[in-house]
Amino acid sequence: MKARVYVPRDAAALALGADAVAVAIAAEAARRGIDIQVVRNGSRGMFWLEPLIEVATPRGRIAYGPVAASDVRSLFAAGCMSGGVHRLYLGATDALPWLKRQQRLACRHIGVVDPRSLDDYLADGGGEGLRRARGMAPAGIVAQVTDAGLRGRGGAAFPVGIKWQTVLDAPTSPDCAQKYIVCNADEGDSGTFSDRLLMEGDPFSLLEGMAIAGLAVGATRGYIYVRSEYPHAIEALNAALVGGRDWLGDQAGNFAIEVRKGAGSYVCGEETALLESLEGRRGIVRAKPPLPAVSGLFGQPTVINNVITLASVPGILARGRISTVALAAVARAVPCLSSWPATSSTVVWLKCLSALRCASCCTTSAVARVRAGRCARCRSAAHWAPTCPSRNSTRCSTTRRSLP
Amino acid sequence: MANLAAIERIVAAKRTLPGALLPVLHDIQEALGHIPPESVPLIARELNLSRAEIHGVISYYHHFRQTLPGRHLVRICCAEACQAVGGEALAEHARTRLEGSDLTLEPVYCLGLCAIGPALQIDETTLHAHVTPEKFDALMAALAADK
Repeated sequence: MKARVYVPRDAAALALGADAVAVAIAAEAARRGIDIQVVRNGSRGMFWLEPLIEVATPRGRIAYGPVAASDVRSLFAAGCMSGGVHRLYLGATDALPWLKRQQRLACRHIGVVDPRSLDDYLADGGGEGLRRARGMAPAGIVAQVTDAGLRGRGGAAFPVGIKWQTVLDAPTSPDCAQKYIVCNADEGDSGTFSDRLLMEGDPFSLLEGMAIAGLAVGATRGYIYVRSEYPHAIEALNAALVGGRDWLGDQAGNFAIEVRKGAGSYVCGEETALLESLEGRRGIVRAKPPLPAVSGLFGQPTVINNVITLASVPGILARGRISTVALAAVARAVPCLSSWPATSSTVVWLKCLSALRCASCCTTSAVARVRAGRCARCRSAAHWAPTCPSRNSTRCSTTRRSLP
Repeated sequence: MANLAAIERIVAAKRTLPGALLPVLHDIQEALGHIPPESVPLIARELNLSRAEIHGVISYYHHFRQTLPGRHLVRICCAEACQAVGGEALAEHARTRLEGSDLTLEPVYCLGLCAIGPALQIDETTLHAHVTPEKFDALMAALAADK
C-alpha cells in the first residue's frame, strides 16, 4: 500500500498555499523514488498551523505545520515519511492539545477522511445512520431526531423533530405530490464558516443527512443552496454527488440531490428568501404563515435546515435511541455545543456559561461532568435540567428551584 | 451573433429545470464573463418569463454582471472579520493601486476565511490569506506579468 500524505484542500489551506505544497510533495517523493498517495483532506480547523500536512505512519498520523512549499525538501531529508523530527514537527495529530480535548460528532470526519472518497467515508463509520434509517418507519426516524433534542444549528435553534413532523404530516397537493428537503448553505455572517468547513471536508455527511430527512418525511428531491462565495464547497459537493451516486441510489432509492449556486445576496440566508431564489426569483422574504413546512418550495411541504443540522442527523441515527436520549438534556442546555458524545460511556466535559445541576445530589458546576449518563459525583442517573428561560440560569427540573 | 447562439444552447440545456433562471444566468456568466443585455429577451422567451422579471433578478443579485469585467476580477473581503484585521486599509490601498488598470476590483462579503484575513479572491478560483498592502502589490505584479 502506498504511504498516505494528507495535504488539506480546504479553502483556508488553499489560501495559505496548500496547492503548492501538495505539488512540491509529489515532486519530491517522485525525485526520491518514494511511492506516495497525496490525499487532499479537509482542515482540522487549526488555521494557525495551515497548511498542516499529515503523514500516515505505524504510530498514527504525524503532523507538520505550517508547511511552505520551500520546506518540503528539508522535511523529506528529515525523514518525514516515517515521522522524523523537523523544525515543523508537531507530533501525533490526535495528541495535539487543541484537538485532544475535543469530541467531534457533527465534525467527526472532517480532516480525517478524503472528502472525494466514498470508501474513506464508509470506512470511518459513515453511512451507518442511513443504513439504520432504511429499516425504520418515517415516524420512527422523526421520533429519534426529536428525542435526541437536535435543534437547528443555523442560529434559531428550532427543534428539528417538530419541523420534520410537520412536513411528515403535511398533505401534498393532488396535482403535485412532492415534498422537498432543502439545505440552507447560504452561510453569510462574517466569522462563521463551519458550514464551509463541513461541505469541503465531509460532504458525504450532509448528503447522508439529507437522504435520512428524505426518508423521514417522504421527500424525494433535495436541494443544497450554496452561496457563490464558496466555489470550493460547491466543487466538493458536486464531486461527492458524482462519487456517491450509486451509494445514495442504493441506500436512499430515488432521492435526488442537486446543488444550486446562490448569487451574492445576503438576504437569501433567510429561509423563505432562499426558497424564492431557488424558484428563480429575487430573494425577497415571504410572509409567514404558511410555514415552509406546510407550503415551501414550489408551494410544497419542505424541510429546510442548515448544513450542520443535517450533517448531525447521521450520527443520531447511527448511535441509536439510548445514548442520544441520555444526553439530550445536556445537549439542549448548550446550544453552542459543537460535539456530541461519541458513546454513552464517554466522559463528557461541557463548558458552558450556564451551570448544570444534577437533580439527585445537586452538584452544580460551570463544568458538568457526566459519565455514562450518570452524575460523576453521586452516580445517580443524571437528570440534567437546563430549562433555562434566560439561557444564563438553569433550573433543576425535579425541585423547580432556580439556581443562583 | 455567436454569443446569442451560445446563450441559446445554454438556455436549452437548463430550461426544463425547476426554477431554472439562476442556473441559466450562472452558466451564461461563466461562459461569457457577463450576461449580455441582448440575452434577456431570449431567456425571457425560453423560460416563459417577462423581460422585467429577468432584469429584476439580474439587477437584484450582486454576483451577476451585465458588463464584461477587466482581465482579472479581484475581490477583497470587506466583511467584519477581515475589517478587524486591516481589510479596510487593504481595500483603500487596492482602490488606489488598481485605478486605471485593466483589473476589476470588487468587494465581497465574507469568503469564509475569517481566521486568516484579510482575504482576497482572484477570478473566483484563487484565494490568498493574510494579505497586506505589500503582499497585494506582489500579487498584482504577478497578475500583470501573466499577460
